[in-house]
Amino acid sequence: MPAMKSEVTIALKIRTLRRHFIESMKSIGRNRWMTFASISAVTVTLLLVGVFIVMMMNLNKIATNIEQDVEIKVLVDLAAGEESLNKLENTLKKNPDIVEVKFSSNEDELEKMIEGYGKELDLYKQNNPLRNVFYVKAVDPQKTAGIAKEIETYDYIHEVKYGEGKVEKLFNVLNKGRNVGVVLIIALLFTAMFLISNTIRVTIVARKREIEIMKLVGATNSFVRIPFVLEGIWLGILGALLPMIILSVTYVNLYDRLQPKVQGELFQLLPTTPFIFQLNGLLLFIGVFIGIWGSFMSVRKFLRV
Amino acid sequence: MIKMKDVYKKYPNGVIASNGLNIKIARGEFVYVVGPSGAGKSTFIKMMYREEAPTSGVIMFKDINLATLKQKEIPQLRRRIGVVFQDFKLLSKLNVYENIAFALEVIEESPQSIRKKVNEVLKLVGLTHKVRMFPEELSGGEQQRVSIARSIVNNPEVVIADEPTGNLDPETSWEIMKILEKINARGTTIIMATHNKEVVNTIRHRVIEIDGGIIARDEVGGDYSVEN
Repeated sequence: MPAMKSEVTIALKIRTLRRHFIESMKSIGRNRWMTFASISAVTVTLLLVGVFIVMMMNLNKIATNIEQDVEIKVLVDLAAGEESLNKLENTLKKNPDIVEVKFSSNEDELEKMIEGYGKELDLYKQNNPLRNVFYVKAVDPQKTAGIAKEIETYDYIHEVKYGEGKVEKLFNVLNKGRNVGVVLIIALLFTAMFLISNTIRVTIVARKREIEIMKLVGATNSFVRIPFVLEGIWLGILGALLPMIILSVTYVNLYDRLQPKVQGELFQLLPTTPFIFQLNGLLLFIGVFIGIWGSFMSVRKFLRV
Repeated sequence: MIKMKDVYKKYPNGVIASNGLNIKIARGEFVYVVGPSGAGKSTFIKMMYREEAPTSGVIMFKDINLATLKQKEIPQLRRRIGVVFQDFKLLSKLNVYENIAFALEVIEESPQSIRKKVNEVLKLVGLTHKVRMFPEELSGGEQQRVSIARSIVNNPEVVIADEPTGNLDPETSWEIMKILEKINARGTTIIMATHNKEVVNTIRHRVIEIDGGIIARDEVGGDYSVEN
């Protein structure tokens, strides 16, 4: 008997699910104008959100590139012999906050200077006035100043340089830019959610009597809710399609045109794969999420019969 | 079957709709609920199918206390109570058959059982020949018959009718009363709120008069009002 009962329950579940599915589809067809309005709302918002995400992610990438370009230049005391140099290099490498240590001897430094300022400096080759240098990069570039201070306490250090003042200002600007972007995206998403919950609410008002009767004859809340939630999901998916296509095509085109023109390692755009797929996945997820959220918000009120 | 003890209901706007209701309604009874508008009749009715919860007191439906019933348990209660309204509450996009079947579909009955039960109640209310018609193609009396059929299709123990003849002409009202009598004869308890003096005075049943939020009169076979 119990086995039979569970079979009956499964058959019931499948039939109910089919009913919900058909109901949600019918509702989309029945309220054509509202459906159109909801999908348009999702489309416009996701398009805006998408453009913002593309801009933000690329700016973030450039910001990260700039950050990672920040180096600490450690000038070593002339008194330091080979052994002391090795010891210093090991100490730097062992520091968990440091990701990269590059040694550049005073000869290397002079070569660089000659490259930059011309052959006249060749005469310094006999009596090199420059110092041996370590170029150090921080794991977290934002902590550069602190690490520089720490390095100053090591033995045989002549001077530590990292563009004091400028670096702090740069980080300040980058961080502010990031925060503004995040706030804007969140604000846009909220606007979208309210737009969608309002449009779905109108669909539900049209079916107020249906919900009321369902409640009066003893339908459970979830039974009443599921078709509307499904409808919200369809609206979210349909609304996300256009922004996904538009943004993908535009980004690929933009990337192909801009990438060859931008010079230097700092101003790189994000490569199209996997970025396009991540972007599309995110847009679809947001669409579905605001669809579900919107329908939940709207049905809640009508369930109190 | 239904018992109220010291039921008190105060709405958030301060209106006291029930001010100590005490009543017992037995299985199979036919009860009229009468009284002037705004006297607490609607609240009395609504509390029985738990559209409203009392502020204090006890309402028992068999062994279930409606005063402490959890939101989640309301659907199970409603499946045991049929409700009929003055405005029929039919879905205009569904035909007669679908309107009745709807009540069973949404509580996930099987299609075979739905077919059997709907055809049974269609016969009982005498609408077998109009199954494919839509509500707007029917007269008011016929629409109310569909609504009654829907309320009893799941074999409820009680039918609560709130002014079922309120929108109907006298002749049609008698038709509806005949059907309600028939349902009552099958053993279903009927609680009917009404303003219809003629019906109450002609088809004699127990009369509960509510005035000022209390039971002003409870009389088996009573008149619509004492002054008459």
